[in-house]
Formats: sequence, C-alpha cells, structure tokens
Amino acid sequence: MAIELKGVTKRYGATAALDDVSVSFGGGVIYGLLGANGAGKTTMMNVITNRIYADSGEVLIDGERAPGNDRALGRVYMMAEANLFPDSMKVEGALKLTRSFYPTFDMDYARAAARRFELPLKKKVKSLSTGYASIFRLTLALAAGTPYVIFDEPVLGLDAQHRDMFYRLLMERAAETGQTVILSTHLIQEAASLISHAVIIHSGRILRDAPVEELTGAAYQVSGPASLVDAYCAGRRVLNVNALGGLKTACVEGEPEDTAPAGLEIAGMDLQDYFISLMNEADRRETK
Amino acid sequence: MAGFDGTRPIFLQLAEMLEEGIISGAFPEEGQIPSITEYSAALKINPATALKGINILVDEGLVYKKRGVGMFVAAGAREKLLQRRREGFYAGRLLPAVKEARSLGLSLAELQELTARAYAEKE
Repeated sequence: MAIELKGVTKRYGATAALDDVSVSFGGGVIYGLLGANGAGKTTMMNVITNRIYADSGEVLIDGERAPGNDRALGRVYMMAEANLFPDSMKVEGALKLTRSFYPTFDMDYARAAARRFELPLKKKVKSLSTGYASIFRLTLALAAGTPYVIFDEPVLGLDAQHRDMFYRLLMERAAETGQTVILSTHLIQEAASLISHAVIIHSGRILRDAPVEELTGAAYQVSGPASLVDAYCAGRRVLNVNALGGLKTACVEGEPEDTAPAGLEIAGMDLQDYFISLMNEADRRETK
Repeated sequence: MAGFDGTRPIFLQLAEMLEEGIISGAFPEEGQIPSITEYSAALKINPATALKGINILVDEGLVYKKRGVGMFVAAGAREKLLQRRREGFYAGRLLPAVKEARSLGLSLAELQELTARAYAEKE
C-alpha cells in the first residue's frame, strides 16, 4: 500500500519541473520532502493529487492509477494552499463540507484540534487572519483521516508557538492513526526530528531517498588546519568545504574513523548541515 | 523539554533519557512510563523513532509491556543500570578526564587532591 510515482516527467517549456522521477510513499512513515524553492516539490505533490497532469510516467495509489480515479484520490488529503470555501462560510460549515468529500474526516477530532488552536468555529473563514487561516487549513488536514496526508509548507505564516503546537498535534495524530505523511518544508531544522525518511529533490530529480539516520550517519565533518584537511580529503568524497582563515571544515561522505587523525577534529552532521552540503555540491556540479 | 542533538540518532538519545529517568527515580520500578504517543507529542519526535528508543530498554529487560495497559519499569532495572554505568565509568569518564588532566600539566598528586576535593563537595 503506497503512493507510487513511476518515471514521472512534467515540463514547463524547456524546464523539467520533474525529470523521470520514481519514488514511493507508504507504510505509515512520515516523509520529509526536502528541496530548495523551485526544486519540484510542489509539482510532485500536485501530480500526486491530480491537480496537474504528468507529461509521462504514472502515479499509482495503492496500486490503482490515480488520474481521474476519485476512489484512489479520496485516500489522499493535501492541505490546501489557499482558502477555497465560499465567502460566507463559517469554520464549522467548512469542516462539515470537508467531511462530505472525505468520509474518513473525523469531526470530533477537528473540533478538539480547533479548541487547542483556539480557532473560533463560528467565525467566517474569509475573516480569519493569515495565521489563523493557516491553522484552519492545518486543522482540516489533521482531521482528514485519509491513509495519506500531504502538507506543503504547512507552517508558513505561523508564529513559533503555533508551529510548536502543530508539530505536537501532527506527531500525536500520526502515532494514533498510523497515516503516511508527506511533509514538504524548507524548515529542515524543525522537521528533522519529525520525519524518519527524507526524499531530497533538486532540479526535478531525486537526489536522495533514504531514512534520515542513514543519511546523517553516512556523512561527517572534518575540521582543522587547511593543509591537514586538504590532505585528509584527498581521495575521499567531499560534499562541501568551508574555509575560515587558516582553518577548514570539510563535509565528507562515508564512515569516519573511530579516532580522528592528529590535528583534526571529526564531528557528526545533522540533517540541515547534510542537506546544505548536498545542495552546494549539486549546484557546483550543475554549473560545471 | 530537553532538545536533541541532531548529529546523533534520536532513538539513542531517547533511550539514554529514559535510562536517566530510571536512575534518578523519576520513573520508579513497577511504575508506568509515558506511551509512544505521549513521547512523540511531548518531544516532537517521530513515533517510529520513539518506539525504536523505548524498544532498546524493552530488549534489555529494563522496561516491559503490559498488553493494552502500557509500559512499565521492570523490577531491578535501576540496579542493573547503575551496575552498567559503574562498569563504563573507567573507560568512558575517568580515562578521558585523566588524559585531559595530563595535557593540562596536572600531576597525579594534584589530580588526586582535586578528586578528594570534588568528592567532599556536597551534591
């Protein structure tokens, strides 16, 4: 049971927003879909949810072809990027309308989540502030109850307190429902502990598709005097190098030695450091 | 709530946190520990990661599951952990401290004096 993309390509003019992408999402895993702006994250999610058509390749939801297949698409809820409800509709009415489209929608959960976010049910959707409009859309997605839930930059416009609350509710909900979650975000530091699997996309191609611990465990940083770092890096796969005066720090892929060579320090990498190194390397390769 | 160090696997850090709680008495023997859902929400960590961390203690017989009720600290868990910490103290704590002392030019006598002083300090 999974959402599967097989050789999906989507072009806009000469640019491939998705270039022969094959990837699958399932198993109740919380995925991070990570990439710079314009990398193809939103295009991928829009192809999955049938908002746009792929030029080639196919999208399967639990083995069924997705395009035009309401039953298959009904298993996927994507947090809306804009408010699509009629102007006069109140929050409560919007919850009911969503339930009419998604039979799995959990009304009790939605009311409880709204209470925790202090989202007023009697207020008109249109009159919600930017922050509360985001909270409203998050509440709908958390309550959707579909086997697959997609969040595209879910915390844009939210203050730190409400981001924190959203992350807690998302973890609680995922633990209770076992839903497969795709979280597309550029706030990698905040998402690092929430996701267990990262799909890293760059210029429409999948660069990495692996458990977070596998990615961060397979790279490390070496720092010390520039000449020593250079000597150490020779023959190794170096992602990125930063120099500060006579000191250098290199991000290296592979398993570090148990004890650092004399004069050098070895440290682990977190997901954000790893991501940045990977992006720098990919950009360098592209401009060559 | 304590933050996690992103450069080390979170499940290991959670297991250590739980061990610390058992040693300090925050989680007494035969007492219930929080559920996977509670850990995930409170610490903002992936439920699968929380499960993996707690399972380390389950596998070591420090925590046991009661079907449909929850997870509990096993009898004798604290002593078991303390014994393991004592065994790890020499290599994990004392050797690095002595190495550091040597590199700072402290003699054995000076280090012994410092140790005696530290030992006399109230907690």
